[in-house]
Amino acid sequence: MIEIVLLGLNHKTAPVELRECLAFTGEQTAAALDDFSNYPHLSEMVLVSTCNRVEILMTTSDRPLAIQTAKQYISGIKQIPVSEFENALYVHSGEDAIRHVFRVASSLDSMVVGEPQILGQMKDAYLTATQKKTSGVILNRLLHKTFFVAKRVRSETGIGDHAVSISYAAIELGRKIFGTLEDKKVLLVGAGEMAELAVEHLIRNRSGAVFVANRTFERGLELAKRFKGRAIRIEEISECLKEVDIVISSTGAPGFILNRDQVKSVMRVRKNRPVFFIDIAVPRDIDPEINSLGNAYVYDIDDLKNVIDENIEDRNREAVKGERIVDEAVIQFRKWYESLGVVPTIVSLRAKLEQIAESEIQKTLQSLKHFSEDDRVAIQRMTQAMVNKILHDPTVYLKRHGSYGDQSIHIDVTRRLFNLDDDSQE
Amino acid sequence: MEKVLIGVTFLYLLSSAGYLSYLFLQKNALQRISGVILVAAFLGHTAALGYNFFLSGLIPVRDLHEALSMAAWTLSGVYILSLHRFKLKILGAFAVPLTSLVMVASAILPHASAQAQTGFHSFWLVFHILAVFVGEAAFALACGIGILYLFQENAIKTKKRSFFYRRLPSLDLLDATGYACIVAGFTLLTIGLATGFIYAKLIWGRFLSWDPKEIWSAITWLIYAALIHERLTVGWRGRKAAILAIIGFCVVIFTFLGVNLFLKGHHGVFTRW
Repeated sequence: MIEIVLLGLNHKTAPVELRECLAFTGEQTAAALDDFSNYPHLSEMVLVSTCNRVEILMTTSDRPLAIQTAKQYISGIKQIPVSEFENALYVHSGEDAIRHVFRVASSLDSMVVGEPQILGQMKDAYLTATQKKTSGVILNRLLHKTFFVAKRVRSETGIGDHAVSISYAAIELGRKIFGTLEDKKVLLVGAGEMAELAVEHLIRNRSGAVFVANRTFERGLELAKRFKGRAIRIEEISECLKEVDIVISSTGAPGFILNRDQVKSVMRVRKNRPVFFIDIAVPRDIDPEINSLGNAYVYDIDDLKNVIDENIEDRNREAVKGERIVDEAVIQFRKWYESLGVVPTIVSLRAKLEQIAESEIQKTLQSLKHFSEDDRVAIQRMTQAMVNKILHDPTVYLKRHGSYGDQSIHIDVTRRLFNLDDDSQE
Repeated sequence: MEKVLIGVTFLYLLSSAGYLSYLFLQKNALQRISGVILVAAFLGHTAALGYNFFLSGLIPVRDLHEALSMAAWTLSGVYILSLHRFKLKILGAFAVPLTSLVMVASAILPHASAQAQTGFHSFWLVFHILAVFVGEAAFALACGIGILYLFQENAIKTKKRSFFYRRLPSLDLLDATGYACIVAGFTLLTIGLATGFIYAKLIWGRFLSWDPKEIWSAITWLIYAALIHERLTVGWRGRKAAILAIIGFCVVIFTFLGVNLFLKGHHGVFTRW
């Protein structure tokens, strides 16, 4: 019997140094799949490699040998002795392997639960495997089911809801204040990766004009050019506050660059239109007292971190629902997988033919009332003989091919040809 | 007739239950079903009031029982309209239970089959009553929105992701919708007061008789006028506007009920029971 085996390591089992060493680039993945197809005991294979995980998914008739081969191969190609990464490896087979694949693609196993990238990465890995023809009947079905499950988890649970990065959290808050960010004017004070990222997100949300204030005007000009905005001098901030709606501050200044009174006087000119201060700087740039003014909202880096922490908790709660969806899918897949054996297939094939024969006999005999009991028995015997004769060759064929090599392709074709699995369920 | 109103009250209660569970469970289907039930209740209510109007030629506000029923009808009607315009579904969790409450109060109160009074047939009076009732229903919605605004503003200011933070829309939407309700209510109240004065002139020969109801109505009008004026000139929006909308509605309730119960005046018939 062919078994599904998964061997891999991820951010939970291996430190980043080790993951770096073992990661496969796109070309390396393709090459590895080519190499693996030379091993006769490995029938199908998909290799997934991301910055957080390396997973080798395969089907094999000889589990220990397959695991051994995979380890040796990694050791050989990455030039690391097996002993150095063996402890970080996990090996799942059968139902556990199926569940693991479903969980990984649904982002239940990710470092940040619910992150959307992993599904795309798995789709790429599968594409490579299909191009290299290392994915066959079982893995094709498994991965299609995997993508289906991942989509279901994403759409039916809140696992991907709510921001888990500082800049996205700020954007979400902005939406709760302004409704839409469209045409909202933005002022960036200072510079820094996180602040610039937030501005980029805002621009992507079609925010309005961008102003950039920097201690060195030249740097300000540079940034303004990047955001297609306008550079202003630090002294002009108060003036600028009269029109901007969102202020993102990230300077290295030792004290507050904006205090309560400054903003209070501006609010009057603004006719109390709301203004949202995002203070990413440490030490802080924006006086937290400003938050007590009407229609002014101040969030500093710690506030945003708290928001993210709560969002992560929410996602983890939603993940429980995701696990339930995965469990359901595992049961469904296992049913199909178990039916792949030679004997169950022959049994269901026979059952199907006999059922057809039986119902046709009933139909025919109903209109032939003048038949004697003997006639009826004779007709029944004839149909039974026909069923046996028709089944003889396929049965022999399936049994012969089932005894060695990869029988799953024959079985799968048989099952499809006679529609033995009720595919309407999918 | 009374049976229809009991059925309508039941539907309002059902819709309230739906909206309240929507508030907690956040299932969109709940909100949609509740909306359909509400519209059904409103249509039933409209038919009942219309039938009454057809029979007597009067707007049925002859006692407190009828006045409350009328208030519930305008409230649900204005909410359905606002839903159409602003899609502020969560407001249903405020507006529909309020409607139900008013309906239940109306059902409990005894119904004196009042005989028609002279002068009640005037076009001005019909107009006066309708405009005031619909206007006050709009103020009720503005008050509800104000309460929601305060919840949401508090959640954002205190940085606590409370129960309401997720469930409520943006501050901007709440503020804009509340303001729209106030403008609509104010316009209707103005029309209502004007037609009232005209009616008074026709019946009693004077515009103003310094009736307590008239005085309190003028106070209500001034509060909302101030709110709108301040918003346009110095930008009273957000928290301040929300609080004022709530205070304004309290005054509306006092004008509607309190004046009749505690003070005397020629609107007395209205709250007789």
